[in-house]
Order: sequence, then C-alpha cells, then structure tokens
Amino acid sequence: MTEGPRIGQDEWVARSAENIGRHPLLRAADRVPGWARLLLFVVAVALIPLITDDGYINAVVFDTLIFCLLAVGLNVVVGWGGLLDLGYIAFFGVGAYTYAILSSEKFDLHLSSLVVMAICVILGALLGLLVGLPSWRLSGDYLAIVTLFVYQIFISIVTNGHDLFGVDLTGGVNGIANLDPFDLFGIEIVVSKDGIFNSNYVYVALGVFLVVFTALYLVNHSRIGRAWRALREDTLAAELMGMPTDWLKLLAFAFGAAVASLTGSLFASLKVGVFPETFSLTLLITVYAMLILGGVGSQTGAVVGAVVVYVFLEALRDPDVSGWVFYLAALVALVLVVRPRRMIAVVLAATAVFGFVVHAIAGAIDPDWTTSAPPDADAVTRFLDAWVVIPQTPGDAKTIAYIGLIALILLATTVKGIWRWAVLVPTLYLAAFVWENVMSQQPDVTRFVLLGALLVGVMVTRPSGILGERRVEVV
Amino acid sequence: MDYDQFFQTIVNSATLGSTYALIALGYTMVYGILKLLNFAHGDVFMVGAYVGFGVLTLFGGAIDPSISIWLVLLLMALAAMAACAVLGVVIERFAYRPLRDAPRIAPLISALGVSFFLSYSVQLLFGAEHRTYDSFNMAGGKLYEPAVTIGSFSISWLRVIGIVAALVLMLLLWLLVARTRIGKAMRATSIDRDAAAMMGIDIDRVIMFAFVLSGALAGAAGVLFALRTDVYPQMGFTPGLFAFTAAVIGGIGSIPGAMLGGFLLGTVEALTVTYLTQWIGIPVGLSNLVIFSLLIVFMLVRPQGILGRPDIKKV
Amino acid sequence: MAALLELRGVSMAFGGLTCVDRLDLHVDEGEIVSVIGPNGAGKTTLFNLVTGVYEPTEGDIVFEGESIKGLSPHKITQRGIARTFQMLRLFLNMSVRENVMAAAFGHTKAGVLRSMLRTPGMRREEREIRELAEKRLAFFGDRLMGYRWDQPAYSLSYANRRRLEIARATATNPRLLLLDEPAAGMNPKETQEITELIAQLRTEGGYTILVIEHDMHVVEGISDRVVALDHGVKIAEGTFEQVATNPRVVEAYLGTGAMERK
Repeated sequence: MTEGPRIGQDEWVARSAENIGRHPLLRAADRVPGWARLLLFVVAVALIPLITDDGYINAVVFDTLIFCLLAVGLNVVVGWGGLLDLGYIAFFGVGAYTYAILSSEKFDLHLSSLVVMAICVILGALLGLLVGLPSWRLSGDYLAIVTLFVYQIFISIVTNGHDLFGVDLTGGVNGIANLDPFDLFGIEIVVSKDGIFNSNYVYVALGVFLVVFTALYLVNHSRIGRAWRALREDTLAAELMGMPTDWLKLLAFAFGAAVASLTGSLFASLKVGVFPETFSLTLLITVYAMLILGGVGSQTGAVVGAVVVYVFLEALRDPDVSGWVFYLAALVALVLVVRPRRMIAVVLAATAVFGFVVHAIAGAIDPDWTTSAPPDADAVTRFLDAWVVIPQTPGDAKTIAYIGLIALILLATTVKGIWRWAVLVPTLYLAAFVWENVMSQQPDVTRFVLLGALLVGVMVTRPSGILGERRVEVV
Repeated sequence: MDYDQFFQTIVNSATLGSTYALIALGYTMVYGILKLLNFAHGDVFMVGAYVGFGVLTLFGGAIDPSISIWLVLLLMALAAMAACAVLGVVIERFAYRPLRDAPRIAPLISALGVSFFLSYSVQLLFGAEHRTYDSFNMAGGKLYEPAVTIGSFSISWLRVIGIVAALVLMLLLWLLVARTRIGKAMRATSIDRDAAAMMGIDIDRVIMFAFVLSGALAGAAGVLFALRTDVYPQMGFTPGLFAFTAAVIGGIGSIPGAMLGGFLLGTVEALTVTYLTQWIGIPVGLSNLVIFSLLIVFMLVRPQGILGRPDIKKV
Repeated sequence: MAALLELRGVSMAFGGLTCVDRLDLHVDEGEIVSVIGPNGAGKTTLFNLVTGVYEPTEGDIVFEGESIKGLSPHKITQRGIARTFQMLRLFLNMSVRENVMAAAFGHTKAGVLRSMLRTPGMRREEREIRELAEKRLAFFGDRLMGYRWDQPAYSLSYANRRRLEIARATATNPRLLLLDEPAAGMNPKETQEITELIAQLRTEGGYTILVIEHDMHVVEGISDRVVALDHGVKIAEGTFEQVATNPRVVEAYLGTGAMERK
C-alpha cells in the first residue's frame, strides 16, 4: 500500500547527491575514522622534535599547537554554539595572566603548573558563564557587540592594572615578566637548554591538545553535541523540542572560554612574560581566520586551519621563503582562475614577454629605474632583476602600483574569457613589481595583508571554509 | 564649580560627538540595509585621513601651501570624501555583495578581512610612523585662536569648524534620506529588502548609494579628526569602536539614532574623563572600563538602542 | 474528570493588537480537537501560547492540573506538550535519525562529565535514544526507514518532511500533541494518509491531539470536537456538523450574506 523508497534507485540517487559537492580527496579523508585522524596527527607532531634539533622549528610547532587549541576552543563557541564571541582572546589573556600572577616572582607565588592549569580551566569556565549570560537576552549581533565590550574591559584592566586603587596587579603596559617555567609534578621543564628551545615543551603542548581535543570530541558526540547542532540549525525549534537552549549556549560559551584560558596558561609557561599587546585584535582575527578557513563546526577543520594559517604566517616572515610562497600562491591562483588550463602556459609566456619589454623600455628611459643584480647573485635573483622593474627609488610609484594592482585583480575577477587572459598579463607583472618593491621589504606586515586578502577571497568563493560542508540554511 | 572646566567638557563632548556621529551614521546605514556590522568602516575612516594628508602634502604642506590654506582644507575634505566613497563601493561590490545570501557569519568575516587588509596595506605603503597635519601651524596658528569667547572661556576655530562641518554634513544627509526618492528607497530597503525589490526598487543601486554616503561621511570625519590628532595606520580602531558603539546605543539601523548616539557617547566620554576620574579617583586609562561596563548594562536593558525598533519575529 | 489542557480566559495582546481575546478552551485526555478559523484568527498564536513561546497577557493555562503560564518552552515540552510547525522547522543539515534523536534530550540525562567519560549509563542511554528514534520513525511505514535514517533532512520530499516533523515531536514523549496544519500543501492522496495517521497517533500512540487545519476533509475525518476562532475569539464549539453549519462560522469564512444565499 505505502509507496516506500524504491530500493536500489532512490538509495543510489540519494547517496550520490551527497557526494557531488565534495572533492574526492576530502571524501577519502572522510572515511578515516575520527580517532585515527587524531592519532595520525599526534604521532606526526610527536616525531618532529625527534627528527630535528632545530629550536626554531620546535618553537613553531609549539606555537602551532597553541593556535590549534585556540581554534578548537573557538569552534565550540562559534561552530557548535552558534554564538559570535568577539572577546574570545580575553579569556586567553585571563589564563595567561593568571599563570603569570600565580607562578612568578611578581607576588612570589610559585604554584605548581598543573594546579594553575586547573585553576585556569575553572576560572575560564566561570568567566565564560558570566560573559555568556547576556546571550539569554541578546541575539547574535548584539551579543557580539557585548563580547567586544568585554574584551575592551579586559584590555583596559590589563593595561592600567599597575595602579588599581594602589595595587599593582597586572604590571600595566610592561606586563609581568620572569614567569616560572612549566613543571610536571615538580619536575621543571626549562624553557631553553643552552639557548635552544626545549623540545619537551612540544610534548607538553601535545599532551594538553590531546586531552582537550578528545574531551570536546566526546562531548560533541553525545546528546549535548546533538542539542548544540539542533540549536544551531533552528534555535526556536530546538527549544520547543525540549532542549534548554539558553543553558546550552551558555555551556558552549563556557567551554570555549575554559579552553582559551587553559591555553593561556600553557602559553604563558613558555614565554618570558605576558604583555597586554600580545592579546590584540590582530590575534583575534587570526584565530577566527584559522577557524573559518578550516571550516566552522568541524574540529578537524579548526586544526587544519590553524596549521595552514600559522605555517603560512611564519613562512612569510622569512624573506627568502616568502618570495617562493608568493610566486607559488600566484601560480595556484592562476590554476584556479584560468580555464581551460592550457591557457595558463600562454598567459605565463605572455607575461614573461611583457615583462622583458617593459623592463627594456624602463631601462632605456632612465637607468635609475632598473637594478642590475651583482654578478654573484643566484639565478632567480638575476632573472627577477632582468625581468621586474625595480627602481632605485620607488617613491610614489609604490602606492600607484599597489592601488593599480588591486584594481586589476578586481577587474580580472569581473571579466571573462579572452578579456580575463588579457588582463591577467599586466596583472601578474604588476604583482611581481609590487612584491619585489613593496611587499618583500616588510614581510611582517605583508603577511597580514595577504591573510586579510585570503580571508576575503575564501569567504567570497567558499563561505563554508575549505573543509566545511556546504550547509542548507533557511534565511 | 569650575565653569571653565565645565564648558571645556561640553565643547569636548560636542567635538567628540560630532566625529562619532559622522562615523556612526556609516555603520548604521549599512546595518539598516544589509544587517551587516561593517567592521571595515573604521579603516575607511583612516584611509580618509591619509588621503587628506596626501592632498595637504601635494599643495606644499601646512605651513606654506601653494594656495590658500582654507581652499586646501576644503579640497582635502572633498578628496577624502570622494576617495572613501569609491572605496566603500569597491568593498561592497567585491567583499560583501557575493555574500548577500551566504550564512550571516560570512560577510562579517569578510569585513574583518577587509579591515585587516586596509590597515596593514596602509602600513605597508606609508609605514607605521605617526604623521600629522600640523594644524597648529596652519594659517599662522589661526586655527587655535579663539573664535568664540564666553567670559574667560574660549572655543578655538578648529573646534568650531569641526562641529559646524559635521552638523552641516548631517543635515545634508538627513535631507537626502528624508526628502529624496533614493532616500525613501533606502528606508524601504532597510525595513524589508525583498518587498522593496518587488516594488521595483533597484536594491544594488540603493546599497551602493548607502556605501557612497557612509564612505563620504567617514572620509570627512577622517580629515576633521586628523586635524586634532596624529595620522597612523591603526588610528581607525578606537574611534571606529566608539562610533560603532554610538550607533548601537542610538539604535542601530536608525539614522537619527546614530546622530543621537554619537553625541551621547561623546558626552559620556568627556564627562567620564573629566569628572568621574576626579570623583572616584581612578586613572584616566580606566575610564574605558567604566564606559564599557555602563554600555554592557545598557545593552542588557535596551539592546535595540534608544531609537531602535525591537526585533519582532513571526513564529 | 479534569481536562488535560485548559485555557482560562487567556488573552494575548501585542501592543494595541489583541490576537487572542479571553479564550476558554479545554482538551480532554484522549480527545482529538480541531481548531479552525480564517487566517489571522489567532490559531497559531494559540499554539505559541500553549507551548510557552508567548506569555499570555491575561488568563491562565493549566496542563495536567498545574499552571504552565510563564514557563520556558523547553520546560513545557518536558512536561508533555509537543508541536509541529505551520512553516516546517526541521534541523535541515542533520540526518533524519538525528532530528528525532535530538528531541529526546528533554527526558534523558547524561551530562557533560558522563559524556566525556563514556560511562556505561551514558552509553546505554545513547542506545535507548537511538532505538526510540528508530521506533518513532517506523510509525510512518517504509517512508522514513532504512537508508533514509542517515540522509540529511533537506533531502526529503515535502510530505516526508512533514512526517519527520511529527516523528520528531513524538520523540519528546508527549501526552499532548499540537499539530499545526499537518496537511498543508499535500495532494489528496497524501491528505488521506495524514488523516489516517492522525487517527493512528491516537489509537496506537495514545496521544491527545490538538490540530489546526484548514482542510475540512481532514477536520471532518478526525475530530471529536471542533473549535472555531475568529479574530481571537471563540465563535463556535461542538461536533463538526454543529460547527460547520453554525451561522457565525459561515459568516467568518464567507462573509455576511452568505447565510442568506445558502
């Protein structure tokens, strides 16, 4: 009597429909169970200090793990609770400062690190509950605004904490220095041995990460996680299906705050001191970028986002590496934007020719407009100097070229077909010009410019993030 | 009662308030139509200040400009307004428009990305060092001479110009929104975008127009603000935050609300800095703490702001 | 015998607009009561009042002898009242099974700690929730069975979405079910199925049911009693025949003069 699904036909259609949107690599990755992925990650990271003695690399790994923790914590609030917490970094700061106050010369308190961490978790959770309470009365945007205010209050207290009614609590702008290193049940883990970063810190961070990730994973795969997902889908319906949405939101908020606070204490144990300027809006946006790019709602996404973005930011610091990263990124952009693919070769060749012509003309007009590389420079540098116009004194040309580049890139996204290929030629050349003359001079600043651009670019093309699943949303 | 200090505080509130109001109007117009918190707006304001600086330099600087300083000031303002209007439109077209139907968080993140991009690009191109309009030396110091004197208390030309210019712009905006067709279209779109579209309103044009206006006002505010303080890449952050707050207090989405909120917040800030710090004895830096705590309480009591409409959803 | 649900003089005013005006209504255990009325009569507002989305500006709402006025919606659901929605409100990106499992939250209790530690009690509860969901979905025959359990809710057809919403509501283990236009947008065959289904919900599920419906075939087929509303006021109550022929009801639907033409 009832017309049920036609076995074989409907099922196949239904299953295929799921897979169409997803890249084959991602589909393969999906089949690996969660715990296996975590294990793989942990083992891979654990091997790094064994493979290399380089203190710098180990420090980068440690910092990456810190960001992984921050991103995973933010994911609970934003991805699972559906709340926009723009004050998240304040909890990170609270954890760091708590460690600094309880484990340093400042008040001559030297509590054991594990005790401090436990305190930070509890403190973070309590503060998270407090700050999250407005979510009972305020909806999305308004709550975001309040969290921003909370962040401002945190910054205000921390920056002026050197004179709170006569008490010097936070050291003001100078922060708190001379923090105790991390100690595991009384065994101190020194920050550096003979000036080289102690790779044991990587293991401490990995341990914390493992515990946090697993705990959150387990909570997410329970009725609470289900309720969070339901509340993110449709808060009113969830409430009417018996789920106490107010408490659930508060729980997500508190969890995120607790994770951030814990991470703060871990972070502080390594650093020489804590200062207000560490907990900047730049840091907040960076963590958000990591989460969004990786895919909101997915813990794996948060980790991937954190690793990719942080490595990207660090790589761009090194002037030698950053050049490679830039040109590689330009190539990747080409691959994504130019169809059919064989035209890429044509565009590149045209750009090369275009470049040499411009270079020759520029050199002919005024020799000061070009540079020649010293004879002992490597091949790449010689090529670039012969191809890109690198004036001795760029002056105002920098600004004009920069704005021109942005305009050309935007134009290239607007036009199609043959016009796009035509526009891409001067665009690529101008990009090289801007890179060599403007961006590569200040890698620390450039990396954030590129991160900002990347953020906009990814949002516009893939709002659900790189690893996120496309969601159906009722507007 | 120290009357001098009192009047000074009043003038401070008006000066701060007028700047905040100009920037707040930009936030509120965009939010009203797109329901988007345009985090990049503070950086547009900053770009306006830089454009003003560029024009000033072009004409030889504050001390000995090639043409009348008053003309230069006017050109600076106009150039900043034009540049920021264009900037606003470009941002809307490429960073926000593709995300009109995306989940609510996407345009917000895009706005953060734009903000990042703008402030760090400016730093890249012009360096992080502070620059100044050197308004002290303009017209031989005329700007700092008293324009209005009440007893022993005086208001400088600089402040008078700033307040008057801001008020004129606000009046123009109000006329535009209340009396023209496109203004009406803007109001309709902010109430119900789909219905407005079905009534034949070109939504893309209305939104573009809103960004033109918000950018122009931010640009003007940038130049006015930079006359009194330094120009540097991160300068947009704090005024942006305060102006945004002002828009929220007044009722985000409401144009009179933004103006009201701007002046209200300017007053609260001026009063707190002058008086509260004296009465309670906290350092000036902590005045922010007081202000933001008060704001949180306010948001809990009346989230829709003074002139805003509460959100009523149909179940 | 006291009624399961009772509204005593309930009014709901939004500023100057009164949506529900001193309404008295009751539903006895085991009954199927239909609420009819033209659009804007206050029917969905009635549901919102009973489920706690709105708090009545006047009057009291009593369920199982206790007042539920002012309780938050999730508490009311936990007491035994569940609903479906006029405009579907499924958890679209969650699977069919998960939609139903989520609704079991209110009567389960594994907390954060037990979930993190995966205690035997928590795991047993998870199994029970899963079985409950599958049982509730099985109520609809083959339509929401088998591979469909793992499909995202957005992949379901319209009629199946309506069925899923009912299944989800039943997973809260309610005593009283509020169905808001369950047959809306359905073709005649599906409408017939829904009519039978609602009857089955009472006989097999044991639920007391309050239904808002526009389709008079459905109303006629299921109701023990019909209540007619217009502009927030009860204008008739009784069996289907009594209400359908009541002159005030005809006037509300068809306008004055309709009675004379009839």
